[in-house]
Amino acid sequence: MTDMASLMEDRAAAKVISDNLHKPVDWDSPKIARNIKKRYAAERRFKFYGLAAIGVALLALFVLAGSIGSKGYTAFFQTYVQLEITFDQDAIDPDRTGDPAVIGKANFDGLIKQALRERFPQVTGRQEKRDLYSIVSGGASYDLRERVMENPGLIGQTRKVWLISGDDFDMLNKGYISADVEEGNRRLNDEEIAWYDALKSDGAVEKQFHTRFFTNGDSREPELAGIWGAAVGSLYTLMVTLALSFPIGVLAAVYLEEFAPKNRFTQIVEVNINNLAAVPSIVFGLLGLEVYLNVMHLPRSAPVVGGLTLALMTLPTIIIASRAAIKAVPPSIRQAALGLGASPVQTVTHHVLPLAMPGILTGTIIGMAQALGETAPLLMIGMVAFIVDIPGGALDPATVLPVQIYLWADSPERAFVEKTSAAIMVLLAFLVLMNGLAVYLRKKFERKW
Amino acid sequence: MKKTLAVAALMSVAFAGAAQARDQIRIVGSSTVFPFATAVAEEFGKTTSFKTPVIESTGSGGGLKLFCAGVGEQNPDITNASRRIKKSEVETCAKNGVEEITEVKIGYDGIVLSNSNEAEQLDLTKEQIFLALAKIVPSKDGKSLVDNFYSTWSEIDPSLPDVKIEVLGPPPTSGTRDAFTELVLEEACEEFPVIAELEKSNKDKFKAVCAGVREDGAYIEAGENDNLIVQKLEANKDAFGIFGFSFLDQNGDKLQGSLIGGVAPTFEAISAGEYPVSRSLYFYVKNAHVGTIPGMMEYVSEFTSDKAWGEEGYLADRGLIPMDAKEREAVHNAAMNLSPLSM
Repeated sequence: MTDMASLMEDRAAAKVISDNLHKPVDWDSPKIARNIKKRYAAERRFKFYGLAAIGVALLALFVLAGSIGSKGYTAFFQTYVQLEITFDQDAIDPDRTGDPAVIGKANFDGLIKQALRERFPQVTGRQEKRDLYSIVSGGASYDLRERVMENPGLIGQTRKVWLISGDDFDMLNKGYISADVEEGNRRLNDEEIAWYDALKSDGAVEKQFHTRFFTNGDSREPELAGIWGAAVGSLYTLMVTLALSFPIGVLAAVYLEEFAPKNRFTQIVEVNINNLAAVPSIVFGLLGLEVYLNVMHLPRSAPVVGGLTLALMTLPTIIIASRAAIKAVPPSIRQAALGLGASPVQTVTHHVLPLAMPGILTGTIIGMAQALGETAPLLMIGMVAFIVDIPGGALDPATVLPVQIYLWADSPERAFVEKTSAAIMVLLAFLVLMNGLAVYLRKKFERKW
Repeated sequence: MKKTLAVAALMSVAFAGAAQARDQIRIVGSSTVFPFATAVAEEFGKTTSFKTPVIESTGSGGGLKLFCAGVGEQNPDITNASRRIKKSEVETCAKNGVEEITEVKIGYDGIVLSNSNEAEQLDLTKEQIFLALAKIVPSKDGKSLVDNFYSTWSEIDPSLPDVKIEVLGPPPTSGTRDAFTELVLEEACEEFPVIAELEKSNKDKFKAVCAGVREDGAYIEAGENDNLIVQKLEANKDAFGIFGFSFLDQNGDKLQGSLIGGVAPTFEAISAGEYPVSRSLYFYVKNAHVGTIPGMMEYVSEFTSDKAWGEEGYLADRGLIPMDAKEREAVHNAAMNLSPLSM
């Protein structure tokens, strides 16, 4: 009975609609005009929301980039102090052997200290002297040694030399330490600031481009700490990741897309791959610890273990992206190849894969960029570590860029704040480069059908 | 073919640095000791012919776990700790074959409660800090236990400023938090009669009350990064932060430490043991590795030299608070003889 009633209702409604359809529409009627106006307004609103969303995203990006950039750009420059160093023959090479081994062992630190004492002869107290010596970084003596080793003719002369300054002095020169604060509450006392003023008025304080930041490994002295060790570590780690995850990922995608029968087993595999892409990365770290370190006894902190662990993490990303790219190759290409007598393997290797390659590469590079920014799984396998030496291979202890950022962000020294931001800039530059490469590859090889 | 060759070449470059036997000291452990150990390691690497040790920041507990996993190249040689090794950990060690351990105490670290120096400097007692931060506190009449109801400092004591209680501090996984709980909250809670009574009647509840930190937003877990807390205190003049002394030392132009029990957190006060919230820092050496891994004794000797941990040593510049000369000498001698720890 109710069915009957609803049927009648539907009929009545249909009649109303068809009656209306048969009536010519009066496009100038106020009702239609109102309707059209409303539609245009809705459209404008929708566009505005979209624009606003992009605006918010851009603003966030600018604030982030701005705060990192404004804090970090000073790290690319370092304060140097000019001192008059006497390369005393008796202090460096008393027996006049000219032997590099003898010269290398000389006390260059002593030469710098002597120069500082000569520059400020009024300093006598023990604590005062310590403060005075901290103007110049502990690393300056190595520079001096290198200079003399390269040019032994310097011995016996007196030269004005630019020396890298200590971190507190550098912070003062960059304006991060203010002389207006009460003496007890700042890192430098009045006397040290007076020394700075004296040197500054002589023109003996200067900011120079900080090449060490790009060539050194980590250090506890902010002015000697560099990003190169971590960058090399990242490079080795990503090489291992790529060498492992790219072939495995592409082969898995090809099999699943082109050859696998559609049955329950492949369905389960597919679901698992999609799930793996969403697993938190720390889980892969625990897996790496258990399998690579505890069972296979690979060395701790080594990029090879980091690379193996990150490869597990990037595999799902690469498989999913590759499958999508393979799926996007039109079936007509396969049919044409098969029709002309190519075997299924030939069809895949000669036609499908080359055509899918831009998409596969884009997915791979995005996966790699993700791996580059990862720290959590590396914590478990010992790559969150203080490592001074630049790694010489994938089995040497190493750390990676994001870990370096984390370690510097956690250091108490004031000067590490700018180093942290600078390291973030280096990491971002790497990421932009990799993503740029992905865009370029896509543009270069992309085919339209 | 070309590609295969290129890949092979790349791989051989990557694996060229294969280390045969380990010739580098491996250190794990506390993130509080990390800045000191790394400074020593760097100096050690520069002044000796040994390789610079690799130091991981794993936290005290994590470090001891790795350290006690066994003897042999794949296990670390030294672990740093911001607390003393526990009896259970010594037992785990022994079970895994790590029988002889040398304990080296390196100095002290103060934990400070500090705020922006543009705000008022507080003089607090441990009891007041307990009332501000504990999850459960004695009620106004002192007879029963209730959820923490204090929202401003002046409610705790009228002499304190009328400012909302807002304290940024480390999460429970941190050694700093452990030490703060042990040295401030657990000590203070015994001073309240109603909680002290609980100790006799209900031990579990007593422990929970004494170590429980409020979760209603007045105590904010700010992560392990102390620099982050420093930055937040600069921005928010009403907030307080809990962190290690070295961060106050580096940021003395922006922050001030609150007095606790009338003593300000200064280098001298912590060193003299007058400042009540300080803890000892340690590292532990695996005796079985001495002689196998090159440079271990030299590292210990560098760490325990006056040039490093002395009153004017480079570790003091980084915020480590040294022991007095007598204790330093005793620890140095014990360390150089590798006298094993017994508990």
